[in-house]
Amino acid sequence: MSPATQRALHDCRGAFAETLVELAEANPDVVAVCNDSVGSSKLEGFKERWPERLVNVGIAEQNLVGVAAGLANGGLLPFVCAAACFLTARALEQIKTDVAYSDTNVKLCGISSGMAYGELGATHHSTEDFGWTRVIPNLTVIAPADREETRQAVRAAAAHRGPVYLRLSRMGVPDIMPDGYRFAIGRAVRLHEGRDVSIIANGTLTHRALDAAELLAREGIQARVINMATVKPLDEDAIVAAARDTGAIVTLEEHQVHGGLGSAVAEVVVSHEPVPMTILGVPGIFAPTGSASWLLDRFGMSAQGIAASARELVHRKRTKVAP
Amino acid sequence: MVNEAGAGHLGSELSCVDLLVALYFGELRVDPTDPMAPGRDRFVLSKGHAAGALYVTLAEAGFLEPDEVSTFMRAGSRLSGHPDRKAVPGVETNTGPLGHGLPVAVGMAKAARLRGEDWRTYVLTGDGELQEGSNWEAGMAAAQFRLDNLTLLIDHNRFQQGAPVAETNDLAPLADKWRAFGWHVVDIDGHDFDSIHAGLDVARATSDRPTCLMAHTNKAEGVSFMRDRVAWHHRVPTEEEYVRARADLTEGPS
Ligand SMILES: Cc1ncc(C[n+]2csc(CCOP(=O)(O)OP(=O)(O)O)c2C)c(N)n1
Ligand SMILES: [Mg+2]
Repeated sequence: MSPATQRALHDCRGAFAETLVELAEANPDVVAVCNDSVGSSKLEGFKERWPERLVNVGIAEQNLVGVAAGLANGGLLPFVCAAACFLTARALEQIKTDVAYSDTNVKLCGISSGMAYGELGATHHSTEDFGWTRVIPNLTVIAPADREETRQAVRAAAAHRGPVYLRLSRMGVPDIMPDGYRFAIGRAVRLHEGRDVSIIANGTLTHRALDAAELLAREGIQARVINMATVKPLDEDAIVAAARDTGAIVTLEEHQVHGGLGSAVAEVVVSHEPVPMTILGVPGIFAPTGSASWLLDRFGMSAQGIAASARELVHRKRTKVAP
Repeated sequence: MVNEAGAGHLGSELSCVDLLVALYFGELRVDPTDPMAPGRDRFVLSKGHAAGALYVTLAEAGFLEPDEVSTFMRAGSRLSGHPDRKAVPGVETNTGPLGHGLPVAVGMAKAARLRGEDWRTYVLTGDGELQEGSNWEAGMAAAQFRLDNLTLLIDHNRFQQGAPVAETNDLAPLADKWRAFGWHVVDIDGHDFDSIHAGLDVARATSDRPTCLMAHTNKAEGVSFMRDRVAWHHRVPTEEEYVRARADLTEGPS
């Protein structure tokens, strides 16, 4: 059993919705825009207090994002709250053209991202959205790892002038950020120190990375765990330092192995400090039906699975023959 | 089934299961022993969240083993929360995101027309689902192509996920909209088999334009304490509620 299962797990949608209410209290321009997703985005409280500031366009995601762009143009600060799978897939052209290219101050909040809707099948898995969003210019992409980071990321998105995609989950995660933690867009943080291998993760995978680091420490492998909440802009310095200091990098994501966090990290690694890497994620398939945690375990992202990948990579690094 | 899975969309399933039964037992020319026969009628469940109702109907019609339905949404089951055509015989296209079924059905109907074949295409959507613009794009195309081999059934239960349709993004006057888009619209009682079959007969007899059967239904039909309550879109009954619901469904409301 991984250590995390003994800690209390929290659905970060609560922290998201509370923070949105606080922002709306302070700033009358904050509006929530949704697609029949009041309940799934935990917007009941917002709706009760400011029914007129909750814009529900119905089940119509293209319209959802277009309307949000118009609201921003009109001077408001829209937070679009919709299931990540439909928000990013269905409205991708609106995200590109109306939000990113037109540079409207829209905050896109993708709820229940990754495989949080595991049993509902691959239509409801949002495991391509890092890829889709991070290749669009002028769009900031953030995936917070626990409640505290979610609160701060929502505030940072509001303060940031420009389009942001916040990738949120409903899957329970423990509180992992240290006391006094300060989130900043584009800045990764080290949560565990080590010199043998780096594990880079975000969102629902960061706590699993920490658990893996504990397992590895027991066998004398010291892993550096980096929480890379911002996928774009990427903290390149943190990646280059990880490659230089540890010589091996494992990345974890609740996303396809193609085009996401691992790919983004690899782009930096190959250009600046090539080292062996293992990219863990959904292995290029439509995932079968099952809960998110079952699927993550199956794809090698249990604490044991991550530790095994890290161990193998350390071995590969050490046995590499010098040219 | 929903109780075993601990998830599902009970209200959505009970509102359309009568339509599915009417289609599979009396209308569709499909063969469970040859589910991919080229000349088969096509059925598309656009409101894919009612997959549970489709699976039990497919099992009853011989496409699945009856026992298999209890694997619904279990880890590794092919009976996912939304239907997957590569995994489940009888499923024509994958649905789940709303607003996909009608465009695909238009393509199917157009294919039959281009090949000069007489099989028909049927598609079932929700009503809230019609807020997706893709339906209206497809609706225009179907009329433009004069697809009288296409029948759209709308499960008009007046509710969507979080609220009544009228309080979210009202579709009314829904029948007039389809008429204005060039469709033949027929109102039916979606819980009365005679009415459903009469509508299907009219659709088959209609030429030169597609037919829309506006099926007036109730969300969670058949269970008095669930019917027309928004929470039952995807709530899972407690043991006690399950027993009461079963009694309601087998004996009728007391
Ligand atoms: C594109 C898309 N957006 C949102 C959803 C989430 N969702 C699932 S069912 C549903 C409500 C559907 O209402 P309706 O079409 O009236 O179907 P009913 O269950 O009432 O038959 C919503 C919003 C979805 N499946 N697809
Ligand atoms: Mg409905």
